[in-house]
Amino acid sequence: MSNADLPLDASVEGAPPISWTDHLHGWVATVDHKRLGVLYVASGLVFLLVGGTQASMMRMQLFFAGNDLLSPEVFNRFFTVHGTTMVFFVGMPIIIGIANYLLPLMIGARDMAFPRLNAWGFWMFLFGALLFYFSYLGADGLYGAGTAPDVGWFAYSPLTGKAFSRGNSTDYWVLGILIAGFGSISAAINMIATTLTLRCRGMTLSRMPLFVWMMLVVSWLILVAMGPLTAAQVMLLFDRFLGAHFFDTQAGGDAVLWQHFFWFFGHPEVYILIIPGFAYASEIIPVFSRKVIFGYPVMVAATCAIGLLSLGVWAHHMFVVGLSKGVTTWFVVATMLVGVPTGIKIFNWIGTIYGGKLHFRVPMLFCTAFLFQFLIAGLTGIMLAAAPFDWQLSDSYFVVAHFHYVLIGGLVFTIFAAIYYWFPKVTGRMLSERLGRWHFWLFVVGFQMTFTTMHAQGLLGMPRRIYTYAADRDWEIWNQITTAGVLFQALGVLFFLAAIVHALRRGAPAGDDPWNAWTLEWSTSSPPPEYNFGEEPEVKSRRPLWDLKHPDDPDWRHE
Amino acid sequence: MACLIFTESAFFSIFLVAYLFYTGKSAAGPQPAEVLDLPVLATICLLSSSGTIAVALRALAADRMARFLVAFGITIALGLAFLGFTAQEWQRLIYVDGLTLRTNLFGTTFYSLVGFHAAHVLLGVLMMTTVAILALSGRLSSAHAPRVELVGWYWHFVDVVWLAVLTVVYVLGR
Repeated sequence: MSNADLPLDASVEGAPPISWTDHLHGWVATVDHKRLGVLYVASGLVFLLVGGTQASMMRMQLFFAGNDLLSPEVFNRFFTVHGTTMVFFVGMPIIIGIANYLLPLMIGARDMAFPRLNAWGFWMFLFGALLFYFSYLGADGLYGAGTAPDVGWFAYSPLTGKAFSRGNSTDYWVLGILIAGFGSISAAINMIATTLTLRCRGMTLSRMPLFVWMMLVVSWLILVAMGPLTAAQVMLLFDRFLGAHFFDTQAGGDAVLWQHFFWFFGHPEVYILIIPGFAYASEIIPVFSRKVIFGYPVMVAATCAIGLLSLGVWAHHMFVVGLSKGVTTWFVVATMLVGVPTGIKIFNWIGTIYGGKLHFRVPMLFCTAFLFQFLIAGLTGIMLAAAPFDWQLSDSYFVVAHFHYVLIGGLVFTIFAAIYYWFPKVTGRMLSERLGRWHFWLFVVGFQMTFTTMHAQGLLGMPRRIYTYAADRDWEIWNQITTAGVLFQALGVLFFLAAIVHALRRGAPAGDDPWNAWTLEWSTSSPPPEYNFGEEPEVKSRRPLWDLKHPDDPDWRHE
Repeated sequence: MACLIFTESAFFSIFLVAYLFYTGKSAAGPQPAEVLDLPVLATICLLSSSGTIAVALRALAADRMARFLVAFGITIALGLAFLGFTAQEWQRLIYVDGLTLRTNLFGTTFYSLVGFHAAHVLLGVLMMTTVAILALSGRLSSAHAPRVELVGWYWHFVDVVWLAVLTVVYVLGR
């Protein structure tokens, strides 16, 4: 996208201008964690536009009752590809990319522990995603049936059986995610190894920025969750190609087993996506409140608690399958327990803001909206965790509203906050505050219009994934507000893109530390040189830059 | 490597869960108790290879190359012997008892679980063979001991998985 406009690293300054092929070669062959981070985030943003376009098309189809803009088949493909894209090819690369860029900088390291594995992981992700999208062209297979996958992003069995999903579309779904998943696993291994072995002098575990702590928990969750998904997908491939019977009910196989396996991955995956959102908020909120994060050790403990609890809650996606009473009770209680550490976090962020000197710059605006929206997302989560309530509303628009509140209201908002916050470090240019405010307000209004109304549709009984509905159900007005909100969000994203282009062309120079922040990445130049730090930094507290700026009252006296 | 082993464990535990879940649920065809024998020799081979690779790694760290090569060679041979026993077992199951991946749920879960383990053994043998070739061409010294140590970790992991597979398939599953 905009990679070509980024300034070159310091090593080639003063050298004669290099040709664009050399430039491209530099990006393709790079093993530098910063360049790979930019590649990850840029490709994630491209897929965000693709997935967003699919969502907009679906919303246009639902604008009128009985509309026929999209056929049912195309609609099925769109919601499948939209869900898969947003989770695996937008969420994962962006969180991995941001961590890739910042993690070594924050712990004072010169690169990740395994730079080449890092590059391998990125290309596995990218080609996994491209393979998945190739299904639009190639999934006809020998039988000429089906194009893109249309089995839903969780691909329930027996819909994925050879009899019901002909052609190769489901195989592209499996293989694309499988290959991208290897990339995620390698990234997780890399992040854990980097955090545990490459910290600079004085950077004890209890002095690491919360960002690093939370990415450590996320990496661990990726390792726990991706293996089972890979195993389940391999079983599905065996079923489809070798005639095995894992999920084949006619031979005694069990379709519900797929659900267990998928959600044993699927629920930790939700936390893999949202904990990075917490990580960005935990870095940004203190800086713009001019206060230390409230309750640092409790934040770390709460993150670990969420990580552990997330492994025991998967069947709350399956209450309507008909689980036994004991199992249902267990998953209800376990799911409600997740609310405790999550609530602690929200209290701690509010505690950080309380009494602080607030600066409502664009990153802080996004974080503030995140606090409200994520609170609502958590509350509807608690509602859905109550099994009887879930029996009523499972697979309705209420659920769609809930998880979009988590993933957009929680994750996408904090990703935008993170991009506005760290963009100056990556490029050396500030993103325009004016365009950023337009982006924020359009997006927040559009988000509320789209997803708050979805709760109402759900309560009125509108099921998810239907491609149209009858006019006499009183759903039309709600759907029209929802679709109108998409327009606002799309405009907001246009302002975001405009802000990026503007900043790269004529952005105000950022300097090393535009936000007067405290973590190590702001101590090096913007953009950082290829080797990050000229000499290894030494850290005495959780806010090393505060100590530098205030030698009279350093933090390490108080910790 | 520890992380890789961790995620591989998660991978195998799903196959183990599937095997346990489907135990005794096969609609037709040979049942485990009818066709499976306890693979005593194969188990002895694999478990003792964990000992020999430990000896080999200690020899490498002490720069005693001859001792390292012998112990490492024995480890590779034991791994190959294990694969041979598995091949023999599968040959019998397929051609005598008529059990394949398609036959029933037992076949499906048995071949995928045991097959994935055997694939890991094969991968381990290939890794060790690569190291052995490097050693024979004189490009290996005690300086490389920490890296070869990781091959050892992997091999021990394959062993531990076999213990789990043995318990589930050949003891509990019958």
